Amino acid sequence: MAEKNYKHWKIEEDESGIVWLHLDMANSTTNVLSAEVLTELESLLTVYEKQPPRGLIILSDKENGFIAGADVKEFTTFSSENEARDAIERGHRIFNQLEKLPCPTVAVLHGFTLGGGLELALACRYRVADNDASTKLGFPEVKLGIHPGFGGTVRCLERLGPLNGMDLLLSGRNLSARAAKKLGLVDYAVARRHLLEAARQTVAKPPKRKTLPFWVKWLNHARVRPLLARVFIKKVAARAPRAHYPAPYAVIDLWVHHFGDRKTMLHEEAASVARLIVGKTAQNLIRVFNLQEKLKSLGRLDSYKPQHVHVVGGGVMGGDIAAWCAMQGFNVTIQDRAHQTLARVVKRAHDLFKKKLKQRLLVTAALDRLMPDLRGDGLKRADIVIEAIFEDVDVKRELFKQIEPRLKEETIIATNTSSIPLEELSGVLQKPERLVGLHFFNPVAKMPLVEIVHGKQTSEETRNKASAFTRQIQRLPLPVTSTPGFLVNRVLMPYLIEAVVLAEEGVPLKVIDKAATDFGMPMGPIELADTVGLDICLKVAEKLAGQMNVEVPKILRDKVANKQLGKKSGNGFYPFKNGKPVKPEADKHYTPPTDLQDRLIMRMLNEIVACLRDKVVENEDLADAGVIFGTGFAPFRGGPVHYIHDRGVKQLTTLLDNLLHRYGERFKADPGWELLAKEHKH
Amino acid sequence: MAETKTKKKTKKKAARRTTPARNRRAVYIVDGSRTPQLKARGKPGPFHAAELALGCARPLLARQPFEPSELDEVVMGCVMPGPDEVNIARVVALRLGCGKDVPAWTVQRNCASGMQALDCALKDIRLGRAELVLAGGVEAMSHAPVLFSEPMVNWLGAWMGAKTWPQRLKTLGQLRPGHFKPIIGLLRGLTDPVVGLSMGQTAENLAYRFGISRSEMDSYALRSHKRLAEAQDAGYLTEIETLYDTHGNYYEHDDGLRRESSMENLAKLRPVFDKPFGSVTAGNSAQVTDGAALLLLASDKAVEKYQLPVLGQIKDVEWAGLEPAQMGLGPVHATTPILKRQKLALGDIDYWEINEAFAAQVLACLKAWEDKDYCKQELGLKSPLGSLDQSRLNVDGGGISLGHPVGASGARIVLHLLHVLARNNASTGIATLCIGGGQGGAMLIERSTG
Repeated sequence: MAEKNYKHWKIEEDESGIVWLHLDMANSTTNVLSAEVLTELESLLTVYEKQPPRGLIILSDKENGFIAGADVKEFTTFSSENEARDAIERGHRIFNQLEKLPCPTVAVLHGFTLGGGLELALACRYRVADNDASTKLGFPEVKLGIHPGFGGTVRCLERLGPLNGMDLLLSGRNLSARAAKKLGLVDYAVARRHLLEAARQTVAKPPKRKTLPFWVKWLNHARVRPLLARVFIKKVAARAPRAHYPAPYAVIDLWVHHFGDRKTMLHEEAASVARLIVGKTAQNLIRVFNLQEKLKSLGRLDSYKPQHVHVVGGGVMGGDIAAWCAMQGFNVTIQDRAHQTLARVVKRAHDLFKKKLKQRLLVTAALDRLMPDLRGDGLKRADIVIEAIFEDVDVKRELFKQIEPRLKEETIIATNTSSIPLEELSGVLQKPERLVGLHFFNPVAKMPLVEIVHGKQTSEETRNKASAFTRQIQRLPLPVTSTPGFLVNRVLMPYLIEAVVLAEEGVPLKVIDKAATDFGMPMGPIELADTVGLDICLKVAEKLAGQMNVEVPKILRDKVANKQLGKKSGNGFYPFKNGKPVKPEADKHYTPPTDLQDRLIMRMLNEIVACLRDKVVENEDLADAGVIFGTGFAPFRGGPVHYIHDRGVKQLTTLLDNLLHRYGERFKADPGWELLAKEHKH
Repeated sequence: MAETKTKKKTKKKAARRTTPARNRRAVYIVDGSRTPQLKARGKPGPFHAAELALGCARPLLARQPFEPSELDEVVMGCVMPGPDEVNIARVVALRLGCGKDVPAWTVQRNCASGMQALDCALKDIRLGRAELVLAGGVEAMSHAPVLFSEPMVNWLGAWMGAKTWPQRLKTLGQLRPGHFKPIIGLLRGLTDPVVGLSMGQTAENLAYRFGISRSEMDSYALRSHKRLAEAQDAGYLTEIETLYDTHGNYYEHDDGLRRESSMENLAKLRPVFDKPFGSVTAGNSAQVTDGAALLLLASDKAVEKYQLPVLGQIKDVEWAGLEPAQMGLGPVHATTPILKRQKLALGDIDYWEINEAFAAQVLACLKAWEDKDYCKQELGLKSPLGSLDQSRLNVDGGGISLGHPVGASGARIVLHLLHVLARNNASTGIATLCIGGGQGGAMLIERSTG
């Protein structure tokens, strides 16, 4: 039938007349819906439209999945809304063509089936999915500031109904094959050994298409939609305000205004995505996505494949690091001097595994990989040792001296220190070039960033190996110099201190936090300090105070002296109830100072500029990536440095000068601002 | 008649093996560890059997110079593996990270299953089939199954077969309260299915035969607790690996120990097997307990290859059969042929581990060796073997104080014996136990002193 040679598609017709369309994107390990792939698909479908085969089965020849989505690279190339709209409408045409084919169509899904990939699958009449754990179906578009644009919003809501459909579209979360089957997103979830047979039989004997129960249809009624939309909006607003993240609201609007009128809804979907994709939020979120890819690529500089991880120190950090590594498939030994501590590590690990892995056998396997190790028997087999004992130079030095002779020659020694320069520790080692910092953030299971701290003595090989390891435990490596506070804490600290100073001045705590969350921070600085622990904040602040433009506020010392440590002691700046801060309402007549947000943010921006000048990280992109993934810095703003350029260096330095006059030295513009202005003039 | 038959057999067997074969490969025990033994407290304990085995085998393998995948096989004894771990040795081997290539098998010889596993490993090494074997035993007695009765199983079958509502209603009408009476697997397991006596009743038999009084039993039990307490305080039980559960608890010690035990308290207990006139009580019997013990056995080739430290050598093994109703005398019947073969007297053995199933049973063994008639008629000896020095017997307590996880004890006593020998710089020891069903097993252990 289709005689022409295709670059990305392989066509196979079996003896029963079924056409098997294999997508195997050239020069790539992953299938994405690039413009070329779509063009070829269009020409194929045009043939089948005229001469329909017995059935059409679409599948992927890539090991890692069906189709991972649209080509994100193409998202940034649109010069105007109209251009974007043309491209999207072309996709619409192709998918409609597929949907209207007179023969049965089946998508065979395995591995990553995301975004455009899932939209393509939904345009087929049936879907069969591999029920392996690696199968992931979802619409991650909202995370990039857009929503599905190839008819996906329409087809997803039609197929799943508004409750499940909206959940999938608004959260951007992935479903397993089993969950997708339960919701009716796929028709069969079967073992891989039956996958092709399931597709063949679906074509041979097409099952009746499932319809939604009556009450779900009723939820789509024009009078019900606006009421239900309020619930959706409320839920979304709790996580992402409309002003910063318009995409999820656009999905809800589409549904409310156009559901039931398919043609218009499809048309409006294209218009909405085109609008969003050229907007600032989407462009910045795509930037964040690319920054993430950049960090990931740092993990590929070395083919290092460690097997055994030994963690010394079973406190919260050490224990959680050990548990995390075991969950990612490593053999882990966790060493501590007290059984009590090790027992707590096992419990926390078990809780984590249960929450994340769910299936009993997977939980058991992960626990089997994590061995409490009072004697340190794991040292001799370890490929990488992570030290996470308490912050004391002498104790750490003593430990390194003791363990080094028990290690293999090539074992990497990593320290999780948050404040001690590596040079102060490396002296006791026979092979100091293998010492590197792996600075994890708390809670380990939630924070995606790990700072790869390299001292003067750290070899490049060690640094790259540490990055490779970080990638293998599904974390993002950020190489930083071994200077006080590294990048994340250094940038965070002046901002936290300023918040505490504001509190001292009598600004209501809730008002301070709100100023930060309004800017787009995931959590206000006061709540953050309470969550991290005031004792830890104080320790880092004191450590940094000497070298930096930071003065430790008295109230912080007082709180720690009174054992008000924050969340962990049940009381810090806020009192805590069930692990949640109780925030007292501010006086209604209180008007916050107009420069409140500036004071908080400018301290942070001034410090990131200082970091760039000090070359803590290699370039501006890495600085942005570090601050976004390390602190949650408003992703829709594209990172602090990006934000500086967005607002203009000049304008911000003027703002700093104003603050300098009002509040003193701590707002003195770092010399780095001038360099920044100079560099970007060219 | 039965008695004369036994006598002849013992004689013949001993004669057959008087000359140990030359050029036999030596089998070394290079390391071992066990879990703390956790007393069953009326509900399933914190660990399943496989978790117990992992709890001691994981640290054991972690400190070895070889990878778990370099083991030639894993052999484990277990009397009642749970339904999810029927070949528990394989489950444990895989979960230990030995990899798919290391074969594993489970053996069962009731109370001696753990020792049987060691013997199997020994044979494979002797035959040259293996160089390095992980062997031992495990039992989670608190997890013993509770079963449906046969009428209930029949009823369930009928229920599954009932396809229509009238049929179902009819079947439902046939259900009686008696159907719900459960069968306690543990109690069945501890009852001899041939002679119909519980293990405790066989101990009552021995007490009757050798005239062992209640107070003798209780004072033996008290000593067992005292010795364990002393061993714990002195830190002698270094073979124990701490267990961690998933609720933040850890288990460091054998928890059946009663430090406050006294003759008065023991005397208050009522007999449990022969009510109301018997003398075997919960206080002078082994405790129902969960535990595991695993040892590493190696050929000289493996010892050399990995530079393994040698704890000791298994010099001789004997298995014997006897009247099931007298099963407690198994140690006598298994040990005597070894002593004869090796030309050793009771006093030549530096230290003894006779598993304490019941105080009456251990005491009966000692009395049997002192008894002229018994030695002559049952063991075919010209004169009694004599008295065993009790200061060299179970020096750190035994089943009565630290429990008897049936599948594990056989391995535990061998392991502990090695530690006792090392501690006292002694060379020869015997570990032996009685086996439900009327058997005995014994191992002669030798340690090079110096």
